[in-house]
Order: sequence, then structure tokens, then C-alpha cells
Amino acid sequence: MTKSELIENIAAQQTQLSIKDVELSVKTIIDMMTQSLSSGERIEIRGFGSFSLHYRAPRTGRNPKTGDQVQLTGKYVPHFKPGKDLREQVDESRENGN
Amino acid sequence: MGALTKAAIAEKLFDELGLNKREAKEIVEMFFGEVRQSLINNDQVKLSGFGNFGLRDKKERPGRNPKTGEDIPISARRVVTFRPGQKLKAKVEDYAGTKP
Repeated sequence: MTKSELIENIAAQQTQLSIKDVELSVKTIIDMMTQSLSSGERIEIRGFGSFSLHYRAPRTGRNPKTGDQVQLTGKYVPHFKPGKDLREQVDESRENGN
Repeated sequence: MGALTKAAIAEKLFDELGLNKREAKEIVEMFFGEVRQSLINNDQVKLSGFGNFGLRDKKERPGRNPKTGEDIPISARRVVTFRPGQKLKAKVEDYAGTKP
């Protein structure tokens, strides 16, 4: 499923909002999530899961083209931990041969 | 600092897009509900700019109870994975300037 399919699926489930409103809502939700993580704030969605930042320590890397050593600074990477409901439902779908 | 929750997202849709409170709450529920349903259907979800949610089938492997040291196999399972997109990764990396 892509973002545009997500927008269509939501629009199909309700009658009050136009597809434009749904599109704007979906984009706003994604922007908020990006904004939240970019400012170091976690995201906690009950029944779905949580997003947080994991720290990667500074390390010495190599330029794959030249083989030169480069010092890489520490950085944060986004991390998603599925919630219990999502974990269980996804695993059940495997058991049901999906 | 607190965490971003469904309630806070709905509040913003109400404040900024002028949806009524019920609509805002429903849209947020449908958003995460659709992503979840797609994953349950074994269909990956690609939200460009943010990231991709995928599924991986894991085989059974040997494990152990960390408390008792007892050997117990970890059963075969399907798990959700998340790969952040370039845009999200770049934005989050900038936060590294502000120390862990």
C-alpha cells in the first residue's frame, strides 16, 4: 500500500470529508510524526507501536570508492517497535496461511 | 518531554485543518487502522518521505530463557520491520548535533 492508496482507502470509508481533506489530513499526520522525531520526541500509538530514536556512536568508516578512512560523528536513527496488538495480529496472519 | 499520541495528532487536525473533533479522531484511527490492516494482509506499506513498513517471516531458532538459562526454541513467526526513508533519516540525523 502506498500513501495514495492509503488516502483512497480512508476516503472510501467515510462520507463527510472530501478526498482533498483526507489527503491533507494524511500529509499532516505524516508531517507531525516526522517533526516529532526530528525534535527528539517519541511517538506512542496505542495498539500500533512506538517510534523512538536510537543513538549510533561515532565510528571510523571508509569511503567505499577510495578506501580512505573517514571519521563519522555520532547520529540518531529512527526506530519502530510494533505494539503487542500489531505483533500478535501480524503473527496470527502467518499462522492462518496468509 | 511527552510523546506524540493519537490524541495530540487529532487535536492538531482540529486546530489546523478545521475538521470537527469526531472527524479528526476518526481520521487518526483510520490512518493507523489501514496501515495495520495492510500489514495483517502481508502487504508492505510505503509512506514516501517517512518510511516503509515491511514483513519478515522468521524460522524457528534456538533460544534460552535469560532468567533460568533453560533452552527453549523461539518459534517461527512473522514480524513487522520499519525502514525510515531518506527524508526522515536526514531530519533525525540533524538532531544528533544536540547530544545524546
